[in-house]
Amino acid sequence: MDTNTQLLRFITAGSVDDGKSTLIGRLLHDSKSIFEDQFSAISKTSEKRGMAAVDLSLLTDGLQAEREQGITIDVAYRYFATPKRKFIIGDTPGHEQYTRNMVTAASSANLAIILIDARKGVLTQTKRHSYLASLLNVPHVVLAVNKMDMVDYSQARFEEIVSEYKAFAAQLDLHDVHCIPLSALNGDMVVDRGENLGWYKGPALLEFLEEVEIDHDVNTSDFRFPVQWVCRPQTNEHHDFRGFAGRIEAGEVSVGDEITILPSGRTTTVKEIVTYDGNLATAFAPQSVTITLNDEIDISRGDMFVKTSAHPPKVEKEFEATLCWLAEAPLDKNRKYLVKHTTRTAKCLFSRLDYRVDVNTLEQHAVEKLNMNDIARVAIKIQSPLVFDSYDIDRSTGSFIVIDEASNNTVAAGMIA
Amino acid sequence: MKLVEKNMTKHTFTHLDALESESIHIMREVAAECKNPALLFSGGKDSIVMLRLAEKAFRPAKFPFPLVHIDTEHNFPEVIECRDKLASDLGERLIVRSLEDSIKRGSIVIKDESKPRNPYQSVTLLETIAEFGFDACLGGARRDEEKARAKERIFSFRDEFGQWDPKNQRPELWDTYNTRVNAGENIRVFPISNWTEMDIWEYIGRENLYIPPIYFAHEREVIRRGGNVIPVSHLVQPAPGEKVEVATVRFRTVGDMTCTAPVESTARTVDEIIAETATTRITERGATRMDDQTSDASMELRKKEGYF
Repeated sequence: MDTNTQLLRFITAGSVDDGKSTLIGRLLHDSKSIFEDQFSAISKTSEKRGMAAVDLSLLTDGLQAEREQGITIDVAYRYFATPKRKFIIGDTPGHEQYTRNMVTAASSANLAIILIDARKGVLTQTKRHSYLASLLNVPHVVLAVNKMDMVDYSQARFEEIVSEYKAFAAQLDLHDVHCIPLSALNGDMVVDRGENLGWYKGPALLEFLEEVEIDHDVNTSDFRFPVQWVCRPQTNEHHDFRGFAGRIEAGEVSVGDEITILPSGRTTTVKEIVTYDGNLATAFAPQSVTITLNDEIDISRGDMFVKTSAHPPKVEKEFEATLCWLAEAPLDKNRKYLVKHTTRTAKCLFSRLDYRVDVNTLEQHAVEKLNMNDIARVAIKIQSPLVFDSYDIDRSTGSFIVIDEASNNTVAAGMIA
Repeated sequence: MKLVEKNMTKHTFTHLDALESESIHIMREVAAECKNPALLFSGGKDSIVMLRLAEKAFRPAKFPFPLVHIDTEHNFPEVIECRDKLASDLGERLIVRSLEDSIKRGSIVIKDESKPRNPYQSVTLLETIAEFGFDACLGGARRDEEKARAKERIFSFRDEFGQWDPKNQRPELWDTYNTRVNAGENIRVFPISNWTEMDIWEYIGRENLYIPPIYFAHEREVIRRGGNVIPVSHLVQPAPGEKVEVATVRFRTVGDMTCTAPVESTARTVDEIIAETATTRITERGATRMDDQTSDASMELRKKEGYF
């Protein structure tokens, strides 16, 4: 048993017509991650619907409402494993009205697969998906040019699409783009290489997913530790124990390191890094640990431990961000909302709405109010200072959610920059 | 506290480490933000993993919540023994509420004693939530178990009737969780949402966790009924014409005795179970839960009624 495998989270973006569900079905089927009872259930359904072959897309149909309508309505998570890696797929619908679902799934993904129909080439939705992947700073992107069987597996067609895509993607902040021709229907270049795409010398999709380097998807240099919970056992054995429990969001920390507690600005040194399995000399993101300190300082949930680094965090009561509005009720500029950022929640006001971005054309438009699925540039005032980074430095300390206090709903997602 | 020199590098941060850290983070969010949480603990393998994760999240302190078991009284005795042993070994508070209490109160009316009691569990759970005023219940459900669960959030909001509305879920971004509820409402929190059956077994092996012996291969009297292998118990007796046989079996899940089928297996250690899990061709629920085979949407319907 080799448990030394890494976890990779990826999303798939594309519409039903691009064969997205078929691609996921193919990945699961050819990597032998589909069980007999699941396969027999979808075989029966395929037969009932009068289909000649088993429709692998049925594997990702989750809810009753979806089965009735034949569309995917929300984010669903799928799991599969190969001897090299464990995978979590965030399956998101491609319809325009569901920008929020893609934003949601992309927020925690290492990689985005953007699907293109080889017959249709780069479409508006391809641009939208790519923009959202860049906005959410998804570290790796795969452009999967599907339905190559419908264009006679033409290398020229593939290269035409790739060059069109690269011209568009140059406007975006995408870091690591790989293009793979494939046929999800026939299984070419998904798990197996197949017989039809001999001219393509790069890795098949699964091979790429297994090999892509993800160690640097988290920030490894700027130590950030938001205090989540204060551990005070108050038992005889641990009478004086006062530990600060949380997850290291970026960088690493060692016993003896000097740290600064923000927003107070007090400094002290690390006494112990406590875990259930014994104390550690060094800990790094994304480990969950409990830290004890050499000085008694008043510290509570919402404070952040940092070390001196190339990118010092900001401690401010006002910042600018790109916001994706997620709720049906539009943003009301006259109301106060709550911002939850790392482990701190505070009241906020939207002091400025600068512009709205058309996700299809990337054009900026004047904006008076924000509706569901809108993406906009805003300025936010916070009741008490937040300790934050720019989202491109650190996804976890550069992101926040907005909560409507009246409904308790999560109404927006924000990226600070 | 013992000092372990662990030279962990990024390269040894495995998928189990990643899942464990995520689960600890989720449990601590609940402890920090919810007023009156509880951890649902059944003595089954997933909830035993939850207990270890809670130890990792909160030790050297006590758990900031009690353990709660909703007992159908259709449980395997070995599982109940394990439940009581683990709660007492950990020195944590265990609250048990039984379906029998709801039956006595009249809030549950049982039509047939030999039928599964899972559909009624939600009634007693909701009554227990109301009795103690819990605003958050940590549960050991996993998204790989079932299609409806694949779409459920980690922090899953319930209205005052305990209902899940799949079309009206709060978006969940990064790992910034919205834990807010009004009085009378509550959230179910699933820290091991992203774990698979295989991850659970690998973790049980890695952590050397004590689990009920019926998870391992043993000899048991069973009857074969409609394609299922059913354990003979005081609740399930052979019908006229049915033959009792002794088979070598283990349980992949340990729910209601009347509807939890064992699988034929000779796996007597965790490593053997892992090897078997790696090659099995049937899902955990498909192989073992007769109540989920009734309809394609049975779990979704039960969740809407307030089941975990």
